[in-house]
Amino acid sequence: MADETTDQGPVTTLATPIRLDFDFTPGVAQSKFLRGLERGEFHGQRCSVCGKVYVPSRGSCPTDGVPTTEDVLLGNAGTVTTYCVVNVPFAGQSIEIPYICAQILLDGANLSFMGLLQEIPTDQIRMGMRVEAVWVDESDLTPSLASVRYFRPNGEPDADYDTYKEYL
Amino acid sequence: MAERCAVIGVGQTHHKAKRDDVSIAGLVREAAKMALADADLTWSDIDAVVIGKAPDMFEGNMMPEIYLAPALGAVGKPMFRVHTAGSVGGSTALVAAHLVSSGIHKRVLTVAYEKQSDSDAMWALSVPQPFAAPLLAGAGGYFAPHIRAYMRRSGAPDYIGRMVAVKDRKNAMRNPYAHLHLADIDMKMVEDSMMLWDPLRYLEACPSSDGAAAMVLAAEDAVSGNYPPAWVHGMAMRSEPTMFAGRDQINPQAGRDCSADVYRQAGVTNPREQFDCAEVYVPFSWYEPMWLENLGFCDLGDGWKLTESGATAFDGDIPWNASGGVLSSNPIGASGMLRFLEVAMQVRGQAGEHQVDGAKLALGQAYGGGSQFFSMWVVGSAKP
Ligand SMILES: [Zn+2]
Repeated sequence: MADETTDQGPVTTLATPIRLDFDFTPGVAQSKFLRGLERGEFHGQRCSVCGKVYVPSRGSCPTDGVPTTEDVLLGNAGTVTTYCVVNVPFAGQSIEIPYICAQILLDGANLSFMGLLQEIPTDQIRMGMRVEAVWVDESDLTPSLASVRYFRPNGEPDADYDTYKEYL
Repeated sequence: MAERCAVIGVGQTHHKAKRDDVSIAGLVREAAKMALADADLTWSDIDAVVIGKAPDMFEGNMMPEIYLAPALGAVGKPMFRVHTAGSVGGSTALVAAHLVSSGIHKRVLTVAYEKQSDSDAMWALSVPQPFAAPLLAGAGGYFAPHIRAYMRRSGAPDYIGRMVAVKDRKNAMRNPYAHLHLADIDMKMVEDSMMLWDPLRYLEACPSSDGAAAMVLAAEDAVSGNYPPAWVHGMAMRSEPTMFAGRDQINPQAGRDCSADVYRQAGVTNPREQFDCAEVYVPFSWYEPMWLENLGFCDLGDGWKLTESGATAFDGDIPWNASGGVLSSNPIGASGMLRFLEVAMQVRGQAGEHQVDGAKLALGQAYGGGSQFFSMWVVGSAKP
């Protein structure tokens, strides 16, 4: 009698989905940042030694090794220092491709962070472009970057390369 | 270094998109057995095993070193795990070398691997976090903006990346172990490939590979094997935070400090002149000109000119990635060790068709994470 199980050969690969659930404790500095997002504001912290403003702040300056204690409320506008256009699909992706992934330096901050840029065709984005945050409706604000829907051009002339070249 | 340390055996798998003929244990064992045979040793001659791979999240096997101990003859012996993201293959070799140079062990087997067909690296590198927008799109999405910034800062023309993509794939045609063998590769083929992370195209990025690399390192009085040893002349690791104000993402301080340290140990003051070749971690084409500058092979802003001149080609004065490099084979955890292993092969004269004529002194470099981990060694045919 033929053995159907052996006729099919050995099992070489078995896909087993994995997941990781974790509790995240933001700590004092990041809580300020996340609570700020809940109010539709960007909050950072200034280092008392080098004077640099971190947003989000992790509570200390990696360069000087001191706690950052001075809170700074930043504005809604910033500059695109650099960017890429993502056109590759992958498992778990939550944004429709192609999309612009930009490094955004908020006015008054000394460190850029990654932000989604919309309301502009992907072939018209430029380094130095001036942008502003677009927030979710007030009732939907949460202590998370999900409160920022995306950034969009704010219509100001592009920033001069010299003003942001130190942040690349 | 207290004791001299040498590479006396090397082994690597044929890197492929999918090695479904072996488990992870079979994969690492394949490379380790080759390295032992090259060193003319058996499992019982080995004092300790040092193993590395990229994040455990990739294959979903947590602490795989425990499961792999029997396959590597490590039961009852010291076994160490190293993890420094993409640079891990290099750091793993350095930890093994330190165990020899410190006089603790005579012969150490070091192994690194990745089985990308068992994993989803794009997903594992793109896990959403509450304090960051869910934008990450794998390593390419992270590095592409920095590549654009390099192009702007240096004024490099856009075809430089394509030149590197072609050069390294042509080199891979000389390496039977390379994953990609693209016989027809040319600038047009790269330009016609899909734009994945603008400005990076599909053929300017590394493939996803299954593969492993292994080396046997020995103290001076334990040298054996089929080829002359490759002596370690210098080794260094450096890291820096991923995010700090004033960080230069194009030319990281940690990379500059790491090369300064390893050059000082090896007595290298002019890398382009003194090295006969180099194997450098270039997973995306533009990282060749960027690392040429970071490693001091030229002045700042001139990396792309060196690439354009053909200096880094197989027949150039300082061949980079004669093996085909990461652009031709990327078993992530093993990719850094392959750089270290390939330069050992070069100075031992065992690189076959991709042997750089008369190579005596060479640099191996690996980097990882968001360009925040660096590991390097210098190996030579002469005793240090
Ligand atoms: Zn500071």
